[in-house]
Amino acid sequence: MQALTNRSKRVSNKKLSLGERLYLPAVVGGLGITLKHFFKKKVTIQYPEEQRPMSEVYRGLHVLKRDEQGRERCTACGLCAVACPAEAISMTAAERQPGEENLYREEKYAAVYEINMLRCIFCGLCEEACPKSAIYLQSDKLAPSFYSRADVIYGKDRLVQSMETIKTAKSLKSGLTTSDRYVDKVWKNGKY
Amino acid sequence: MELYLFLAKGTIILLIFGITLLIATYSTYAERKVAGFIQDRLGPNRAGPWGIWQPLADAGKMFFKQDFIPARASKWLFIAGPSLAMLTACLTSCVIPFGDTLDLSFLGIEKPVAIQGIDVNIGILYVFGLVSLGVYGVMIGGWASNNKFSLLGAIRAASQNISYELAMSLSIIAIIMITGSLSVSEIIKDQDTFFKWNIFRQPVGFIIFIICAFAECNRTPFDLPECETELIGGYHTEYSSMKLGFYLFAEYINMFVSSAVISALYFGGYHFPGESIVAGLLPEGALGHNLMTLIGVGAFFGKILFFIFFFMWVRWTIARFRYDQLMNLGWKSLIPLAIANILVTGAVLLALPEIKGYISSL
Repeated sequence: MQALTNRSKRVSNKKLSLGERLYLPAVVGGLGITLKHFFKKKVTIQYPEEQRPMSEVYRGLHVLKRDEQGRERCTACGLCAVACPAEAISMTAAERQPGEENLYREEKYAAVYEINMLRCIFCGLCEEACPKSAIYLQSDKLAPSFYSRADVIYGKDRLVQSMETIKTAKSLKSGLTTSDRYVDKVWKNGKY
Repeated sequence: MELYLFLAKGTIILLIFGITLLIATYSTYAERKVAGFIQDRLGPNRAGPWGIWQPLADAGKMFFKQDFIPARASKWLFIAGPSLAMLTACLTSCVIPFGDTLDLSFLGIEKPVAIQGIDVNIGILYVFGLVSLGVYGVMIGGWASNNKFSLLGAIRAASQNISYELAMSLSIIAIIMITGSLSVSEIIKDQDTFFKWNIFRQPVGFIIFIICAFAECNRTPFDLPECETELIGGYHTEYSSMKLGFYLFAEYINMFVSSAVISALYFGGYHFPGESIVAGLLPEGALGHNLMTLIGVGAFFGKILFFIFFFMWVRWTIARFRYDQLMNLGWKSLIPLAIANILVTGAVLLALPEIKGYISSL
């Protein structure tokens, strides 16, 4: 048969030579290979002490961002909930009262904002849908494992960015992904 | 000064026993470390610095596990199995001379004291006797478990050990013919210079012996008595807690003893190259002699540790044989080869004086 490429290798069932049948030369060769590995650099990352650096575009645990003055960005428009293919997000909107301007950036805010982490597939569509740059999937924080069903639903108490990180963070978007930075730049320049 | 002699000998025996157990304990740790390193991992490193307390943690775990005896098992034999395995493993090291003699004349002991449990003139025979007795530990354990898989494992172990004992003993006969003695210390004394080491005089015998040693210790590539896929566990399927621990530990003691026997029979025991130069540097008299003996002990333990490492190195390199391949290798290759080795050795031994006479007559 005509060979299509010359890469195929013909199988031969030739008799083994005496050296091959003795098996000992092959054993010595094998010992050489294992000895080489014995002195090789080890690939183990010793987890609690060492951690594998995470990718910049990793989609981890969600965060509801605050702005520079510590006000919540979310305006409870519901676009994230609509975008969510797993229907993990639910929220209840409320109107900002006079005197709450230091708490909420917009006139409407999310009184309840919940993400069901059992449903969430960490696709990141919510962060793409958000017009206010309020929700992000952090690239440096993983969603933890759960021990009870009550733990699974993350409310605002666990989602909203803490005030300390606003002060310590180098920039508003520190720890966010490359695409987020791009979106943020566009948003700041006011060119939608 | 009988008392001093008794005390000195007792100390040496206790030391040998203690070191045997210590090395066997740390072999379990070394095994896992070597396995890790060969597979580009780190091995156990959590218990203490570099994980050196790992054997203690393992022993603690073994002791606190439930000690289970199956309802239909033969209770006495079930207990006797691991005990016998451990007993025979521990007894073997007493005829191995770990060093030359110590001159203890300052204690009033006239005769030099050998660093050896007992110097019997049938040392090798004693070792092989105990090794073949060791099979009973496995056999009894597998039989007493009243479990098909244990029994199959035990049968495998027994037939494997008996088959390879033959080739092993035959390969030794050539050495006994050269030395003219069954005593291990005589065999070591006969290899006093580097090129008189039996590895150079009996290379074929050495290869047969080391292959058989792997089979006798149930080590890879001959670890067929233990097998998860076919036998669930092997002869120790029903064992738990320290009884299982004894079986596993006996394997490591056997490995230590085999390494010691290999070093003694083929690698000159406590002799090392450049011995006469070192002896010239040391002071005269009892002190120099004792120092020389201690250096020799160090050399012997170096060889033993290398062979223990070699056992592990091979284990993590080669895949196991199939059972029929194992039997073919033992009966159809190694035994005929060993017999041929004896014949050739005998012929050379007979011809050597003739050749020497012929050369000197020229």
